[in-house]
Parts: sequence; C-alpha cells; structure tokens
Amino acid sequence: MTTTGYEAVIGLEAHVELATATKLFCGCPNEFGAAPNTHVCPVCLGLPGSLPVLNRTVVEYALRFAAALGFRVPDESIFARKNYFYPDMPKDYQISQYEEPILVDGAIDVDGVRIGIERAHLEEDTGKTTHMGGGGRIHEADYSLVDYNRAGVPLMEIVSRPDIRTAEQARAYVSELRGVLKALGVSDVKMEEGSMRVDANVSVRPVGTEAFGTKVEIKNMNSLRSLGRAIDFEIERQVAALEAGERIVQETRHWDEADGRTHGMRTKEGSSDYRYFPEPDLVPVAPSDAMRAAAAASVPELPAARRARLAADWGVSDADARVLVDVDGLADFAAAAVATLAGGTARDVANWCTGDVMAYLNETGLSVEVLPLAPDGLAELVGLVAAGTISRNQAKDVLAECLRTPKRPAQVVQERGLEQVSDAGALAAVVDEVLAANADAVAEYRSGDDKARKKKRGFLMGECMKALQGQGNPQLLNALLDERLAERLA
Amino acid sequence: MSAATEIAAAVRAGRRTARDVLEEHLARIDARESEVHAFNLVLADEARVAADAVDAAVAAGADPGPLAGVPIALKDNLCTRGVPTTCSSRILAGWRPPYDATVVLRVVAAGGVVVGKTNLDEFAMGSSTENSAFGPTRNPRDVSRVPGGSSGGSAAAVAAGFAPLALGSDTGGSIRQPAALCGTVGVKPTYGAVSRYGLVAFASSLDQIGPFAGSVADAALLLDVIAGPDPLDSTSSPRVPAALGPVLGAGVAGLRVGLIDELVDAEGVEPEVRDAVGRAAAALEAAGATVERVSVPSVVYGISAYYLIAPAEASSNLARYDGVRYGLRVDGDDVATMNARTRDAGFGPEVKRRIMLGTYALSAGYYDAYYGKAQRVRTLITRDFARAYERFDALLSPTSPTVAFPLGAKADDPLAMYLSDVCTIPTNLAGHAAASVPFGTGRDGLPVGVQVLVDAEQEPTMFRVMQVLEEQAS
Amino acid sequence: MTDGTTPITGPIRHPISRADVEHVARLARLALTDAEVERLTADLAAVLAHAADVAALDLDGVPPTAHPLPLRNVLRDDEVRPTLDRAEVLAAAPVAEDGRFRVPRILDPS
Repeated sequence: MTTTGYEAVIGLEAHVELATATKLFCGCPNEFGAAPNTHVCPVCLGLPGSLPVLNRTVVEYALRFAAALGFRVPDESIFARKNYFYPDMPKDYQISQYEEPILVDGAIDVDGVRIGIERAHLEEDTGKTTHMGGGGRIHEADYSLVDYNRAGVPLMEIVSRPDIRTAEQARAYVSELRGVLKALGVSDVKMEEGSMRVDANVSVRPVGTEAFGTKVEIKNMNSLRSLGRAIDFEIERQVAALEAGERIVQETRHWDEADGRTHGMRTKEGSSDYRYFPEPDLVPVAPSDAMRAAAAASVPELPAARRARLAADWGVSDADARVLVDVDGLADFAAAAVATLAGGTARDVANWCTGDVMAYLNETGLSVEVLPLAPDGLAELVGLVAAGTISRNQAKDVLAECLRTPKRPAQVVQERGLEQVSDAGALAAVVDEVLAANADAVAEYRSGDDKARKKKRGFLMGECMKALQGQGNPQLLNALLDERLAERLA
Repeated sequence: MSAATEIAAAVRAGRRTARDVLEEHLARIDARESEVHAFNLVLADEARVAADAVDAAVAAGADPGPLAGVPIALKDNLCTRGVPTTCSSRILAGWRPPYDATVVLRVVAAGGVVVGKTNLDEFAMGSSTENSAFGPTRNPRDVSRVPGGSSGGSAAAVAAGFAPLALGSDTGGSIRQPAALCGTVGVKPTYGAVSRYGLVAFASSLDQIGPFAGSVADAALLLDVIAGPDPLDSTSSPRVPAALGPVLGAGVAGLRVGLIDELVDAEGVEPEVRDAVGRAAAALEAAGATVERVSVPSVVYGISAYYLIAPAEASSNLARYDGVRYGLRVDGDDVATMNARTRDAGFGPEVKRRIMLGTYALSAGYYDAYYGKAQRVRTLITRDFARAYERFDALLSPTSPTVAFPLGAKADDPLAMYLSDVCTIPTNLAGHAAASVPFGTGRDGLPVGVQVLVDAEQEPTMFRVMQVLEEQAS
Repeated sequence: MTDGTTPITGPIRHPISRADVEHVARLARLALTDAEVERLTADLAAVLAHAADVAALDLDGVPPTAHPLPLRNVLRDDEVRPTLDRAEVLAAAPVAEDGRFRVPRILDPS
C-alpha cells in the first residue's frame, strides 16, 4: 500500500494525569493501585450535597507548564459541566473546562519543527470500569464493575494544532511533550499505566491542497509504538478509501493492538450533546502576578536545552544526549558523576552511561535511582581507566559487578587483583631483566629483517607481560620495550 | 415570644433541662403530626440522647452553646450522617448519607437538638409541599390549605410548635413563601453566607440555607450559628458575617426603605396582601424610617429567567440519580435502560418536568436563546437592584401574592404554581438577602408575610427592619 | 412583552414537538410513558412561551451572570484528607460485587 500523493494532517489530544498528592476537587489520595473504592469520599463519589474545591497544586502545575511552553494564561478561566451519562462518572457530568481554558496558544519544538498547542485545560478523570464475561470486551460483557478510585484524579488535556504530518512526527511530539512534563515534575507521563493517554485526529489530503480532509478520531493507543502504528494504519486506510472513490466518515475509531487495525465505534445519533454550562459550584480561576511569577521561577531546564548543553559541554552526540535526557534520572546521574571526576572526561562518563549502564537498565528493567552504583562510583571507575590502573576491558567487568553489588570500583579492582603496573621504573626494571635473560632473542632481533624483528619484539613483549603476570600497563610497557630495543640497535 | 432564645438561656443557666424541653415538643408532635405531616422522620430517640448530652454538659459546668437544648427540625434535603435523607423522593429510598452537612454540624455543635427531618416538595421543586413522594404537608393554621413550599415541612413544624427553630433551603422563595403562608419568620441569607455543603443541590447558583423561627430574635440566633466561611464550599463567602444579636433593638430611625412598584402592584397580588404591605410601610415610617416607592423594572423578567436557570442547573445536578451508587434501581438489560427506568420510576412529575425543561434549555441550538439569555437577565436584575440600593437601605414587597391556598388548587397548573414565587425569585437571581415577617392577616384570617429585601451582606439592616415590623404587627 | 406576572396564556411563540420531547428525554435518561410525553410536550410549550419575553430581549451588551458572588481563586491545599469506609460506601449500592459497584452491560460507548 502506498500513500504517495497524499499528506496526513494530524492533531493530538494528550490527557495527562497530574502527579498531585490529592485529587482535583477533594482530599482523597491521587495514587495508582489501591484496593477498589478505598480512595473515595462524598465529593469524588458525587454524593448528593457534596461540593468540589479546587486543588491549588493543580493550578500551580498548569502555570508551570504554561511558563515552560510559552502559553498565554488568560486573566480568568472557568470550569464547565460536560453532561452525559456514563457509570464511571459519579455525577453523570464531568467538571472540565470548555470555552475558557486555563492555557491557550503554546508551542513545542520537535526536531526543529514548531508544533502549535491550541490549549490545555483541566478536568477530572473518570472511574475505572471492568467488564465481566465476554472476554472483558465492553459490548460482549455480561455486566460491568465500577471502581471510583480514579474518579476525580486531575487531568490536563493538551490539544495540539493540526501541525503534525507523519506518525513519526506524532511520536516525536509526544516524546518531547513527555520529556517536558517529566522535567517539570507535574506528571509521571506513563502511557502504559494510563497516566498519559493520547488520542489522534487524523485526516488526509492530496499533496499541495490546503483544505482539510474529513477527520477521524482514534483512541485507545497505550504506547508510543501503538500511537505510531495506529496513525500509519489510519493514513493508509483513508488513502485507500479515497483512492477507491469512497467518502471518509467523521467518526471515532478504536485502535486494536491485537489485530493492528482501527475499528469504528457504534455511536448513537445525538449522544454527543454535552450541554456544557458554567460550573456553578466553582468560582473562576484568575492567576495573580505572584502565582505566575512563582510558576515561571519553578521551571527547571527543559529537555531540549539540556540536550544542547550536554552536547556542547561534554562533546556527546545528539543521539547520546537524547538518551541521557530521556531516560529517567540518567542525565542527573551522569552530571553528579562528572561533578566528582578526578581523572577522565565528562564524555567518558556519558559513554559509560549510554553504553554499559543503559544496556544493564534495559536488560533488567531497573531504574537509575535503584542502582547500587553511586555517581561518584562511576567517576572513580573513569578515573581508574584514565590513570591506567585498569584497562577499558577490565573496567567493563568491574562496572558489571558494581551495577549488581554495592561495591566501589576500587574495591573490585583490589579484590580481583587487577591493578596494572604503571610505575615506569618498575616496568623498566622488568624489561631490562627480560632482555638480559633472552640475549639470543635480542641478537636475532638486531640481525633480523623487519619481519623477524616484529616476531622477536612480540616474543619479548609477551615475556615482559608474563613476568608482570599480565598486569603491566600495556602502553607504558610497549613504549619502554621499544626504547630499550632502539638502544640495542644504535 | 422568642422561644428558642429563652430555652437556650434557661438550659444554659440550668433552670430547665433540655430533656424536659424536648419532651414538651415531642408531645406536641404526637398530638398533631398525623394531621400536619410536617416530618418525613421524627428522631425521638436520637433527640433524647442529644438532649441528655446537653444536660450532662450543663451539669458538668460546660456551656453547650447558643442553641443549648433548643429543638430544631431539618429540611430533609440536608444530609445527616447515618440518618435517611430523602429529599421527599422515591429515588433516594433507603439512602443514609455517610456525612453531615456543615449546617448540621454547626447546629449540633451549638447545642441544638435535632428532632426530625421535614417534608418538602421533591428535591425542593415546588411551592406547596404537595410534590412529595410521602404525601403533602398541611398548613397548621388551616389544614385544608398548603403550607407553601418547598420547605413546607419546616415552616409547618415551627408554626405548629413542633420545634421553635427549623432549617430550610431557598432557591426561589422556598423559605420565605412557606414562612409567609404559615405565619412564621423565614430568612434567605445572602448567597454564600451559609455553607451549602451537605445541602442536596437543586440549583447551585441560587440555593441557600436559612432559618425558620417564631420570632425575629430566634431567626437571628440560628443564623448567627450557621453563617460563616466553610472551606468545603467554594461559593461560601470568606468574610465572617456581622453578628445579628447586637443589632436587635436598634430600630429603623433614619433608614430609607423603598416599596417595590413592580412587586406591590403585580397582577395576582391579593388586595389584603397589598394592604398589609402598605400598613407595614406606614409602621416603618412611624418608627422613624423614610418610605418611598421605587421601580426595579427588570424584576418582571424574574420568573422567566428563573424557570430557565434553575431547571438547567437542576437537570445536571439530578443526573447522578442513575441507580448505580445509591438509592433506587429499576433493572434493565443494559445500563442506559436501567438508568432511564430508574429515573422515570424514581422522580415525580414536577421533577421530571424541570429536568426536561432544563435539559432542553441547555441543549444544542437553544443555549443562547434560553439559558444564555436568562443569565443576562440576571445581570439586568442585579444592576436594577444596585441602583435601588444606592437610594435605599432596604426594600419592601409582599412575600407571596396570596395567602395559603387550598390543597390541590394549583396542582394541575404548573405555571400558576410557579407564579407563587414572583416576589421572592428576584432576590435569588441577584444573590441578595431577603426575609419574610408575618404582618397581620389576609383572606379568611390567614397569615400574610411582608418581604424585607437588602443588598448582599446587609443582613443586620434587614433584621432591624424585620424586628420593627414584628413589634408593629402585634 | 408581558410584565412577567401575567398568567401564561396567549400565543405559543416556540412550539415544541413530541419528537423534541422524546429527544430531550433520551438526553435526560428518562424512560417516559406516552402519557408523560404528551403532558410534557404541553407543559414545556407553556413554560417556554412564558420565557419568550426573555428570549425576545436584546441583551447583546449585557454580560451573563453565572454566579452571584465576585469570588476568584478559591483553592484548597494539596493535603490528603480521610476517605470513606468502603463497606459504608458499598452498603448504599443497589448492587455491589468484589468491592465495586455492579451495573448492567454498557452498550453505548462514550
């Protein structure tokens, strides 16, 4: 299937759970994984008579996000009720923001392309429904069970402009957005756990045309990979339909990870009349200058800036800088190691991090903060290599042990007896002894041709290492041997 | 007679026991409740425990608080922990809230003794207390007539002497109108003065809890206890209200009072009611106030605006009664069918009417013409009142156009019923305070209420006017 | 224009149809009987006719009042408060199972 001649127009809606201590409108814990219906109170259960009160931290997080991505924060925003019946929604309306969201007109740079963000607004999450019988599928289920622990968890919905053109770019946008949200400390942004959920609006149009095609909303992608696959599938589906002379139907389609296709959802006509109106139980949010200033001051270095700085300061590649910044805590770990570096370079540290450390993390699924290796341990390892105490290959073994056990590299080197002999005087003495004990070989070296010399030199080097039980610093030893042999030739 | 004030003073001083006071009221309930039906639930045993606790506190030398030993009736749309809270609706059958409303906690903390939950028009929608799943309440002054509504049970409880104090809620007149029809004092405080936390919502931007009492001083006593900021209600005013006790007795000398043309002369106002308002104005003048006529033109749009805004908010507030988490469920094959059957069986006709009206007013294509327009009218009314309050300290009007009407008289004509609230609705739309004070009698010797209106947070002025009217009425 | 206190009779400026009422009943999740639909069609028409005075006003320059209070920024500190006891919560449920609220199957995906 080819999509030549068409271009896709993609807009993404990301729903991000904010990492607050409590829910959006009540003091229940905002915590994943508790026993069903234990994190509930009259407010998040929507009991008659209960009233919502807005969580201050949620507003602070939104303002921090605004400061990071250059959103405009209107003087006032208000909450609205979105009215529809669904059993996972305790009040049968969702408190959201509609016409006056808290943030408008932001943007994020993704691989050199600026993607506009139309708005970001606050709303409450719904409860969780489990479908019983029928293989857990909603329509075939015999009945469903509802847990309201998640009901009322604060969500920020981030709506991009239709500036995205490819699945690849969509993934990069989400990846960059995740990085920003994580750096800001406002969300865990774990797609797999549902703390970040992304819906895509996809349409296609012939290359060179301006008018948008009919857009289709795709839901239910729970990883970056499935986001990319779903968009690619949808683009191909739409192009094929157009090529076949069919019309695209404006609808919502579900991504099915198992069969790798999107499926249209049964929707009842007129069911999306949400009857929004201003939420009378809440008052407007009007961020003061002080709140805005505090938010701006709380913005840490963002991933793009950090990547650029690492590339410039440490001389690492763009790809390595991305790994360091994207992997939770890795850049901080590396920076802490660099700060205690006694020998070696920041780039050495970065290389170990993106190489052996990353390989270990990927292999074990562990995160940086649980490693027994401390940053100054890594710095110590880099120092040992730089000082010539151990070779790079030995260092790999040492690091492998230090990633698994709470031992310092120096300790491992000592236990394994790995120290290289790098004392020039000691090495020179060994070389002199070997040359004296192998006078024949030295003589053959002197009289031989290049080939014979090379062979004898190799033999003599081997004898030196044997005498040093393999722990001689190879560079130094080579240099000394060459120096002594040259003397014999003179 | 300031029954509550005297009871509290006597109990605090150890001259009477709370238990003795309670038994006296329970005896009155026993004698007349079957005829009046003020209560959905009488909490005799719980009240005895509470009264004994008050007496024990007094005996131990502690002060139980300003409501020490005063029996109080609660409208059955105020949540009471572990005690059925029905809103007089089948849909809340069997529901026992796991929490107390803020006002309930404050009343109990002040030494009040809750004697029962009073009947209301289902979800506070009505003006006669006939729209109750548990049957109508009757007016203790004439049991062939309605007590008004929606807080008819609370008004009747006070009028019948079942309790010296009661709490009601007022969305468009639901405290003031039944107070007028039953001959008690009823106060709708400024929006935000009293926490709504635990008041089952009808129309959130209009609802406000307030007191019923046999006297102005008693109403002040109860309002002082329940008013004040509540962190659980975002719409609760952060300002601590001025205490009303100290202003009682200050008189009205020098106050400027306006008589609202559009409400005094409204069609449907009975001549006797108009006369009572005229006599009330004269009484205030005699007490040293100046009284003039004033026009507040946009109040004529009050009813129309109200019957778009209140049903719209109600349609959303009442969505949660869906048979999933509490209350009634009527089974269905799928969840939508179950929801729809439950709601059809659980709600009475008036509630369904308002849910339908409100859903329509908010639905696509009609929002701007109806709900949006009504909200702009709300602005007009607020502006007109603001102009009036530049010239006047308080305004005066009838509370209800008529005295208590016979049961069934308006039951089949929703619009006629809605018009019962023509004088009270504008205050809710503006978010101001207003109260009804009994002032003489009208047709058939039935009580007439005069409404005193003031700007937001001007309750002290309102109570000064109310008290002079109370004195002059007798 | 009426003075707002006139009993509601006169021409119905916004007729409302049975189909409108049935559509609104679906939105409101009310399984109305035919008799109820008929009655409500008349009632809604009457109330909306009364509201015609408001609907006809030219109020373009007048801002809406969503709320009678001039409050802004009512915020709560992000501190955990006690939750309800699950047994008490589920005791109120018409049907509960396995610590959760049980509902019939869901046909309408939202």
